[in-house]
Amino acid sequence: MLEVTALRKSYGDIVAVDGVSLKAGRGETIGLLGPNGAGKTTTVSMIAGLLRPDSGTVLIDGRALAGDTDPAKRAIGLVPQDIGLYPEISARENLHLFGALYGMDRAQRRRAIDAALDLVGLAERGKDKVSGFSGGMMRRLNLAAALLHDPQLLLLDEPTVGVDPQSRNAIFDNLETLKQRGKTLLYTTHYMEEAERLCDRMVIIDHGKVIADDTLQGLHRLLPVANVLTVELEGAKADGLRPEDLRALPGVQSVEVDGGTLSIGIRDLAADSPGILLWLVEHGHPFSHVASERASLETVFLTLTGRSLRD
Amino acid sequence: MLAPFLALTAKDLKLFFRNRRALLMTIAAPIAIGSFFGYIFGGGGASTEPSRIPVLAVDQDGSTVSREITAALTADKNLAMRTATLEQAREAVRKGKATVAFVIPKGFGADAGRAFFNGAAAKPEIGVLYDPSHGAEMGMVEGILTGHVMEAVSKEMFNGPTGRAMVKDTLAQLDTSTMPADQKTSLRELLHGLDGWNAVRDADTASGRPAPSAGLTVPYQVKTEAVTSGAGVKYNGYAHSFGGMGIQFILFMGIEVGIGLLTQRHTGVWKRLGAAPLSRGVLLGSRATSAALTSMFVLMVLFAFAGVVFGVRIAGSVAGFLGVCAAFSLMTAAWGLLIAALGKTPEATRGLAIVTTLFMVMLGGAWVPTFVFPAWLQKLTVVIPTRWAMDGLDATTWRGLGFSAAALPIVLLTGCALVFGALAVLRFRWEVDG
Ligand SMILES: Nc1ncnc2c1ncn2[C@@H]1O[C@H](COP(=O)(O)OP(=O)(O)OP(=O)(O)O)[C@@H](O)[C@H]1O
Ligand SMILES: [Mg+2]
Repeated sequence: MLEVTALRKSYGDIVAVDGVSLKAGRGETIGLLGPNGAGKTTTVSMIAGLLRPDSGTVLIDGRALAGDTDPAKRAIGLVPQDIGLYPEISARENLHLFGALYGMDRAQRRRAIDAALDLVGLAERGKDKVSGFSGGMMRRLNLAAALLHDPQLLLLDEPTVGVDPQSRNAIFDNLETLKQRGKTLLYTTHYMEEAERLCDRMVIIDHGKVIADDTLQGLHRLLPVANVLTVELEGAKADGLRPEDLRALPGVQSVEVDGGTLSIGIRDLAADSPGILLWLVEHGHPFSHVASERASLETVFLTLTGRSLRD
Repeated sequence: MLAPFLALTAKDLKLFFRNRRALLMTIAAPIAIGSFFGYIFGGGGASTEPSRIPVLAVDQDGSTVSREITAALTADKNLAMRTATLEQAREAVRKGKATVAFVIPKGFGADAGRAFFNGAAAKPEIGVLYDPSHGAEMGMVEGILTGHVMEAVSKEMFNGPTGRAMVKDTLAQLDTSTMPADQKTSLRELLHGLDGWNAVRDADTASGRPAPSAGLTVPYQVKTEAVTSGAGVKYNGYAHSFGGMGIQFILFMGIEVGIGLLTQRHTGVWKRLGAAPLSRGVLLGSRATSAALTSMFVLMVLFAFAGVVFGVRIAGSVAGFLGVCAAFSLMTAAWGLLIAALGKTPEATRGLAIVTTLFMVMLGGAWVPTFVFPAWLQKLTVVIPTRWAMDGLDATTWRGLGFSAAALPIVLLTGCALVFGALAVLRFRWEVDG
């Protein structure tokens, strides 16, 4: 469906996108992840034909866009990062305009608008001026406006930014519905957990370069630890406990001691945790509480770059 | 391609007419300022009166001559005359309530009479107190005064009672005068003749025959007539000022169109438009079309208002008038696009565009008609598009000229629109920011 090869774009001295390649098969959902200024929006703009790359190619269904009026543009639905709506007219009027830009007649538009408003849960608010909408409602309408012409490829540039958890969930449900309908989604975000929930594959970029392109499982393999075991010692103190003794146990990858709380990174929860807990009891460190947690993909970025995804 | 074009144009018009406050300002501001300039620069023609100069007279003489003078000044349509005491007059002039005060001293009538026939006699003085901030009016008032004094004094001298006494007096004194003999003889004959003339007139008055008025008068009257081409077509200050202010505020609208496009570059809307399969011609063309239509609408509303309220008429070619309006509207639309194409940031662009527009408007004669410009400036400003628009509107409204007078402005404005438009399309930065 979408094949991007070695895209490059610079603004003066700033290389915004530096050799990005990625692929999305039909029906696939790809996450495009990166911190602020990584080059996500620039990449999306080049894919949508809004920006001419300095070099590299974008193929949509095996063909490059030829000019502004190329009908192949109908295959793309763009949800811009900044809300792309006219605030002074109603939601329906906005959608009628954007539908008309794709040459849809009035009846087609009416049907598509009803469906799109329904999908994003704004059917009741169609006649209201957009300026009176909440931030979350605008985001949802911003999504609806990209769906009217029923594009096969959706380019979503941070569609949930600045939205409360409830609206965010609503948008996620919308996207999952679209995914089930077989649409191809390129989902741009700097929230790892969003990408984890939605995406089949993730492309992580930093400073305009792809630093990882893998499935969820593949990325998990990049993690130094698979699980973190948190142990709270009785009396909340770790008197006489030497971290290096713990680290010598099989499967233990890291140990942090914070007062009476131990954070122990291990590779395999089932295989490694019994031995650790037994060792603690035998060596006179009884505990009051044990918890375990799968390591978050958030730390993938940290591992790859030494920096956190969001600062 | 037509459907997206129409949808975009309709959207712009909708946004224009939905924004009630901006719409009201776009129309109310030129109406208010146009009304003001129209009133100042000659208003609606015949009904206007020149403002009268406030003048005071202090009559310390009380003679027939002095009363005659004050009466004549009171009747003068250029002056607002009142009498006052010397103190009041001084106070009024000092406070700027009166521009000039005349003081006619005691014995003025008699002294003026003597000086009238005998240049060698001492001339009486009329004191003039004036407000130095009104130097120009001072000159005018002095001229008016001279006329009235000459008339009053000569009338009295030729047949008033003082004059008769004066004639007899002068005749009596003539023998002892040091005048050369030949002059003495001539003056005696003149005075005898006058004496005889007075006797005849007295007889006429007694027998009830009307006496011809006597006295020197200013031997001409000024008849003013504003020159326009059609008979009965009057210069209408409102026709000019509404055209001028319409042009100014519509160019401001053009600036807003350009700034709007510049601002839009940074919004998601621009990306959405760019992602749709639209040609650049449709994108810019629809904006230009809607801008031209709104500009045409505003011009029509302004002239309709001026027509109903101030009696402004399209005295010349209606087709020419509409043509000039349409060509100017196109030019404005192209001007807006050019601003969007050449501007960097909206903030920096707006200031520069407003100053440029104000200069164009000023030099184009939208504030003050170009016919009051000095000749060199009139020649220089023929290169300015607003001048063509102004000339075209003037020609078809109060000048009452035919289509041929509008043809050149129409051609020039349309040409200018094409040049601006072409430049805009060439220089427009299509790529989004980021
Ligand atoms: N029009 C522009 N002119 C100059 N530099 C630009 C422009 N647009 C983007 N950049 C630069 O290019 C780099 C990538 O920007 P981009 O918007 O693609 O990042 P992003 O990953 O979308 O960031 P964010 O998460 O903040 O949206 C940044 O350093 C940015 O400053
Ligand atoms: Mg971005």
